[in-house]
Amino acid sequence: MTAAPQTLFEKIWNRHIVRPESSETPAVLYVDLHLVHEVTSPQAFTELRERGLRVRRPGQTVATMDHSTPTTPRGKDGIIPVLDAQAQAQLTQLEINCRDFGIPLFALGTENQGIVHVIGPEQGLTQPGMTIVCGDSHTSTHGAFGALAFGIGTSEVGHVLATQCLLQSRPKTMEVRINGSLKPGVGAKDIILAIIAQIGIGGGTGYVFEYTGSAIRSLSMEERMTICNMSIEGGARAGLIAPDQVTFDYIKNKPRAPKGAAWDIAVADWATLVTDAGAVYDATIELNADTLAPMITYGTNPGMGIPITGKIPTQKDMIDEQSKAGLEKALKYMDLAEGQSLIGKEVDVVFIGSCTNSRITDLRQAASLLVGRTVNPKVRVMVVPGSALVKKQAEAEGLDKIFLAAGAEWREAGCSMCIAMNGDQLKPGQYAVSTSNRNFEGRQGKGGRTFLASPLTAAATAITGAICDPRDIR
Amino acid sequence: MESFKPYTARYAVLPVENIDTDQIIPARFLKTTSKVGLGQNLFSDWRYNDDGTDNPSFTINKPEYQGVEVLVAGNNFGCGSSREHAPWALQGFGFKAVLSTYFADIFRNNSLKNGLLPIIISEETYQKLVASDAEAAGEVEISVDLASQTLTLPDGEKVHFPIEPFAKYCVINGVDQLGFLVSADDDLTTYESAHAPRVNTAGLL
Ligand code: SF4
Repeated sequence: MTAAPQTLFEKIWNRHIVRPESSETPAVLYVDLHLVHEVTSPQAFTELRERGLRVRRPGQTVATMDHSTPTTPRGKDGIIPVLDAQAQAQLTQLEINCRDFGIPLFALGTENQGIVHVIGPEQGLTQPGMTIVCGDSHTSTHGAFGALAFGIGTSEVGHVLATQCLLQSRPKTMEVRINGSLKPGVGAKDIILAIIAQIGIGGGTGYVFEYTGSAIRSLSMEERMTICNMSIEGGARAGLIAPDQVTFDYIKNKPRAPKGAAWDIAVADWATLVTDAGAVYDATIELNADTLAPMITYGTNPGMGIPITGKIPTQKDMIDEQSKAGLEKALKYMDLAEGQSLIGKEVDVVFIGSCTNSRITDLRQAASLLVGRTVNPKVRVMVVPGSALVKKQAEAEGLDKIFLAAGAEWREAGCSMCIAMNGDQLKPGQYAVSTSNRNFEGRQGKGGRTFLASPLTAAATAITGAICDPRDIR
Repeated sequence: MESFKPYTARYAVLPVENIDTDQIIPARFLKTTSKVGLGQNLFSDWRYNDDGTDNPSFTINKPEYQGVEVLVAGNNFGCGSSREHAPWALQGFGFKAVLSTYFADIFRNNSLKNGLLPIIISEETYQKLVASDAEAAGEVEISVDLASQTLTLPDGEKVHFPIEPFAKYCVINGVDQLGFLVSADDDLTTYESAHAPRVNTAGLL
C-alpha cells in the first residue's frame, strides 16, 4: 500500500512528533533550531535559573543582538556605543545568559551579528525540513527554505531552552497559489502586501501557508524570504515554500551547511519535501502576478494596502461597522482622506532595512535606482543592512558608496527603525516609506506614520521626496 | 501561576478591531529584563498625553472604569508581535480576562500560559456587552466560570465559550506547561536517540 499523499507541512510536522496529540494534550513537537535575541529571552532564562534547569541543547541554539542595538557609526575604538542604559543592561544580560548556559552569541559589533532572521540563513543554519522557532513573530521568514518556522512567546522560549520541545496543536494548511510572472518594478514585497490586502490581517489565523505557483518558483531565495517573513501579517504563524534547486544552491557552502557526502544525502532528502500530488489543503487562495502593481499601505495595519496607482478605499467599500470604524481611525491617525491617491504624498523619512528587506538583493535593488542620483534633500534616508555580513558584502560591491553619494545614511546592522527601540525613530507626525513589515500606530516612533512598500518604491520615493511609483524613475 | 477561581467582575470596552501588541505595549517598554511593572505601560500611547499625564478620554482612565478586571475588545485582538509583555501588561494592570470575537494565535497562547483568559465570544455577545456598557458604563458585571466554560452576561444570559482541554486544565489548576514538558523526558530521549541533531551551532561567534 502506498502512503496517503501529504502536504509539505504534514511531512515536516510528522517528522518532529515527540509525543502525538491526544484528546487531552497537544502534540510535543521537537525543535531543531532555536534562535534567541535580547528582548524576548531574559525572563525565560530567569525561569530556568529559578527552577534549576539547564539549556538542553545549546548546540541547537544561537543568539544575536539586534532589536535594541544602535546602528550608529563605530567609535575610533571600533566599538558601537550603546547610549541607552536600559538597552545596555538588556544586552549585558543576554551576554551573561549565553555565557552561563553555553549558547553561542553574535554580540554587538562582531562579524556575524545581525537581525535574527538574517543570520540563520546566512550561516546555513536554516535548512529544509527543520523546525525553527524564535521569540519573534517574523520567524516565519525561515519557511522560505521549506522549514516549519514560527514565532513563540517568552514562556515558550523557556520551554524550548529547557526541553528543545514545544506543545503545539496542529494548525490547518492554506495553499497560497501565485501564478503568472511579475512585471518590471514589481517584486516579492508587492506580492505579499497584495495577499495580505486580499485576506486581511486575521485571514490566516490558525493556518500555515504554503506558497506555490510559477511566480513563487521564479523568485530568488531572498525574495522568498520576504514573502514568508510577512506570513504573520496575514495572521498565519508560518509560511512555507517547498525547497528546490534555488534553495539548494543558496545553502550550499554556507558555513554550517552539510558538507561532502553529507551534502548529497541532505539534498536527496530535501528534494522529497514537496506537497504530494493529491494532498489536500484545508483552504486555497489564488493571486495572479501578471496584473500586480507595486503595493503600498495607507493605514495602520499591513492589510491596509493598495496598488500604488490606486486610491485609498472609502467608507462605502467597507463591509461592516467595525471595518468602517477601523478605516476612520486609521485615516485619522495617518491624516489622510478616503479616496485619496498616495502618489505625490511628501514624506520625511525613507527607511530601507528590517528582516523583510535588508538582505543583499534588497540593497542592490535600492542601489539600482539610487546610483548616479541624489535623494531629495528634505528626506532623511536610512539604509540599514540586515547583518554585519550583508554590510560587508554591500561594501565589497560598492553599494555603500552609491548610498552615501546619493545622500543616504549607511548604518550598522540591526532592526533599527523597524521597531524603533534603539533611538532610530520617527518624530510625531512624520511620514515614512519603510521596507519593514508593520505600520501599526507608533511602531516606528510614537506618532510616526508608516507607508510599507518595496525597496524599489522606497528608493524611488527617496529620490523624489514624495511617494513615487518606481516604474516612473527612468 | 495561581489556580483559577470563578469570579464576577466589572468590564471596560475598547470597541476597536485589530488592536495589535504594539498598542497593548509599545516596543520602547520592552527593554526590561523583568515581567513586573508593565501594567503602567499598558496602552501607553492611547492612555497618556504627550506630557505623560493621563488622557481623560481614554476608557480605562475614566473614573467609572477604575478597578475593572475584564476587557472587552474588538475583533482580532493581539495581532502583531509575539511579545509576551502584552499579557504581562494586561495582567499587571489588573485584567483577568479579555473577551473578543477573535484573537491572534500567539497572543492567545501567551495569555493562556500566564492565566490571562482570552475568551472568544460571538458577535452577538460582543454587541450585547457593548450595549450594556453604553447603558451603565463601568457598573455592569459579567461572571466567568472556566470549569463549565460559561460567561454570565449582565442580563443573566449564560453563554458557553471554547477553550482547549489542556489549556483549561493548566489554568484551572495553576499548572504550568513547562512542568508537563519536563515530564515528557522519556519520549524526548527516545526521539533524540533516533534523530541526529540537524545543526550544530557550537563554536559560532
Ligand atoms: S527587523 Fe523588525 S520585524 Fe524583523 S526581527 Fe527586527 S524588529 Fe522584528
